[in-house]
Amino acid sequence: MSQPRAAGRTAVAGVQPWLQAEDLHTDLSGSPVLRGVSLDVCDGEAIGLLGRNGMGKTTLIRTLLGLVRARRGRIRIAGRDCTAERTERIVRLGIGYAPEGRGIFPNLTVRENLTMAARPRPDGTCHWTLERVLEVFPALVRRLEFGGQRLSGGEQQMLAIGRALMANPRLLILDEATEGLAPILAREVWSVLAGLRHATMAAIVVDRNFRSVLAHTDRCVVLQKGQVVLDGPSADLKRREAELTALLGV
Amino acid sequence: MRTHDVKLHYRGLKAVDGVTMELASGSIHALIGTNGAGKSTLVGLLSGEYWPSDGQVELDGMDVTDWRQPRRSRAGVGRSYQHSSVFPQLSALENCRLCAHACRHGWRHWLGAASGGGAGLSAAQAALERTGLAGVGAHPAGALSHGTRRQLEIAMCLACQPRILLLDEPLAGMGPEETERMLALLQSLRHDHAILLVEHDMDAVFRVADRITVMADGQVLASGSPAQIRDNATVRTAYLGEDTA
Repeated sequence: MSQPRAAGRTAVAGVQPWLQAEDLHTDLSGSPVLRGVSLDVCDGEAIGLLGRNGMGKTTLIRTLLGLVRARRGRIRIAGRDCTAERTERIVRLGIGYAPEGRGIFPNLTVRENLTMAARPRPDGTCHWTLERVLEVFPALVRRLEFGGQRLSGGEQQMLAIGRALMANPRLLILDEATEGLAPILAREVWSVLAGLRHATMAAIVVDRNFRSVLAHTDRCVVLQKGQVVLDGPSADLKRREAELTALLGV
Repeated sequence: MRTHDVKLHYRGLKAVDGVTMELASGSIHALIGTNGAGKSTLVGLLSGEYWPSDGQVELDGMDVTDWRQPRRSRAGVGRSYQHSSVFPQLSALENCRLCAHACRHGWRHWLGAASGGGAGLSAAQAALERTGLAGVGAHPAGALSHGTRRQLEIAMCLACQPRILLLDEPLAGMGPEETERMLALLQSLRHDHAILLVEHDMDAVFRVADRITVMADGQVLASGSPAQIRDNATVRTAYLGEDTA
């Protein structure tokens, strides 16, 4: 097994990462959760974040978004120091986030949940529109005027991902990407992710199905006890399944 | 427990549209289906959370269609929810004691019931023991790991001493080890309970289910043994997304 690394990063040579996190230390309720995590994300790069429950995946995401503050370390996004930046400013730099638990607005309709998040990229491009999201998740079409609270769990998951896409982000973050989705829809989400690689959108994906994560990402980072213990191209990690399954407790 | 042509239509939505199914003691009956197919609504109809627009729900041959949830719970129907539904500040034991008390006495004096003496303690302790959580009885529920919290939710059901367990996505968000632990728990509970398992983890479903019902658009698309469902071309195309050509 690899030794814990103070810095887990494999930026593409010569390319300035769009997001750079260096040596992040984050505590929750006084206990250290992240202990020196570094992560670089380049344009169009899909990264899988793997690890058992409680190893720091969600805390890393929340730290990147400014939802919890790192005690130590630095975060740069699009060339700006965002370490102490407010969440709404970080998100406006181009991040779409489908959180674990979905965070649907229960009193807004499906249409309102989607359109409230709609915005083009700073350069004016708008790849993801209401129509495009509904093409990917046709089950939402007949629920468009329903309140968020009337959706099933899986429909809420589709809505959460669709809402994140409506922001036309440079970086899409999916925490528990396919939780609650029927297998056929889980495949759809993975195929959307595969398409992102050609749409200059980066992604950070957490999902319990590590084989799907490996199959649909460029690179995977494995966290254990708040540290990066494995980091490499997904194609390489596929060949190290025994090491991976030991780390993930499969 | 049985449903006969049970329906729930509201505001133009046919959430459940004529479902007839049966839960037998000593078995795990998995309920799978596309998102929005009506699975959780059907669970709500069985638990008494919703009343059907039409059709009947039977328990031990009795018509319980008009029974509210507390009465069905006292008659032996327990359910868990898709999302965590524990009181985070209370200990695991207190959460179970609340459920045991609520089943017997409703929600009167329920806060006292969590920490005080009296009835419910032995049922709560037995439930924790049964689910392998006796060692964390004193821990605040909010401090438990996700997987342990999901087990606690089943312990909270068991504290009411149900004969029927309606479990809505108990494996959601679990890692592989937690999944194994939960499946072992379900296997151990099947002997003296009728279990309805709503789940999208097909590996788990095919491993533990004795019977599988597949729903789509509020109706039953197919029902049968795991082998029959695995071979059903409609299910494979419409739900599993497999190419059956």
